[in-house]
Amino acid sequence: MSTENMNLTLKVWRQKDHKAKGNLVDYKLSDISPDMSFLEMFDVLNEGLVDKGEEPVVFDHDCREGICGACSMFINGQPHGPLQGVTTCQLHMRSFKDGDTIVVEPWRAQAFPVVKDLMVDRSAFDRVIAAGGFISVNTGNAQDANSLPIPKVQADSAFEAAACIGCGACVATCKNASAMLFVSAKISQLAQLPQGQPERYRRVQSMVAQMDAEGFGNCTNTGACEAECPKGISLENIARMNRDFYSAKFVSEESI
Amino acid sequence: MASFGNAFSSSIGKKLIMGITGLFLILFLIVHCFINALIFFNDGGLTFNIGAHFMASNWLIRAGEIVLFVGLIAHIVQGARLTFQNQAARPVKYAVTNGKANSKWYSRSMGLLGTLLLIFLIVHLSNFWVVSRFTGIPTVDANGHEDLYAVMKETFKELWIVVLYTLAMISLAYHLLHGFASAFQTLGWNHKKYSPIIKALGVWYSIIIALLFAAMPIAMYAGIIN
Repeated sequence: MSTENMNLTLKVWRQKDHKAKGNLVDYKLSDISPDMSFLEMFDVLNEGLVDKGEEPVVFDHDCREGICGACSMFINGQPHGPLQGVTTCQLHMRSFKDGDTIVVEPWRAQAFPVVKDLMVDRSAFDRVIAAGGFISVNTGNAQDANSLPIPKVQADSAFEAAACIGCGACVATCKNASAMLFVSAKISQLAQLPQGQPERYRRVQSMVAQMDAEGFGNCTNTGACEAECPKGISLENIARMNRDFYSAKFVSEESI
Repeated sequence: MASFGNAFSSSIGKKLIMGITGLFLILFLIVHCFINALIFFNDGGLTFNIGAHFMASNWLIRAGEIVLFVGLIAHIVQGARLTFQNQAARPVKYAVTNGKANSKWYSRSMGLLGTLLLIFLIVHLSNFWVVSRFTGIPTVDANGHEDLYAVMKETFKELWIVVLYTLAMISLAYHLLHGFASAFQTLGWNHKKYSPIIKALGVWYSIIIALLFAAMPIAMYAGIIN
């Protein structure tokens, strides 16, 4: 951990477009404040590149508050960098030391094609949600607090699943590029609440089918996704998705 | 029309096949290990040969052997398919990965450990299974049973075989260390009360089975049992 300004070497993946062959390019940065976020460090890099008339590094970012799921970046072999429970925008340069070499790559998966440099196309996640990650009735106004009794543990568990910001770190870190943690979180946030029940078994079949169609890999339970998830989504969700899937396929008489 | 649809061809269904066949093989290993452990009676293999004779002559066991081979082949074929599919899901690899920060090396190496076990299995089956089923066990013991124990003793006179078996059992221990608990997770058995028990049971199971199996060729080679 550094408290002094530092000099760093960055190795950043540069790729012109989806079709181009990319490569890692070295950049030297000096006088980087430890209080900068990782993305602010990239802003400094890009300002320097623009000054020199070079093309800035393209990367995804939006809220910079750790809640939107836009920022990505595979930093020194880990999604969102070395810290647990944070996104790249909440990673600060104090987590690095003077003289460090930092390798920054885009998320890598068949289902997440690189758009440019560090930006990947995560619309596969949108299509998985569109396949069934919703309830098809208007819920109307907020109900009276006690009209839909839900046990607290169940509500908590649903909310924990709903904390998923869809950043794709689970896919990025999984050695199989599997999206099961994401999909299971999106299934679990609805499967545990009364409003999600009518479509529960239809939903799991549709979303799993879409996940497979997108070309994500198969889960081998290494647990890397859970360890790297900035929102702490639990593997329990994958087990719940598996249970619902088996119920849907082997017990339910309705098929999609 | 209700149908099972893509139940087994989906990503979850493929895992289910791995999990169920894996648990079946785990059960088989218990039987295999404890019958083999009869050699530790150190009575010249008389007790062990009774066990071996029973396993070879009981029709239920022989029918079970067919199921065992189906399960084993399904586990191997499905495992290989999954490994190739999972590699294809990331066509461009990372320049730097830091797997040890988030997972155990053996959980990421099930394909490699499984391949080592497959190589071992080919040697192992030709050592014993082919002999007892096809080429025939040459001698009988004092009880008149086929002397599989003598075949064991003869096989484990070779140092390279003992080394191969020991290395294979290390692979087996790590393969089981991940596989045992992983199979339950795949079946959806993730529960705050039971998961810690399953995990602990998996660790003990992996260590005990691998140690017992490894002790057999080593003890025979070292002459601890005759």
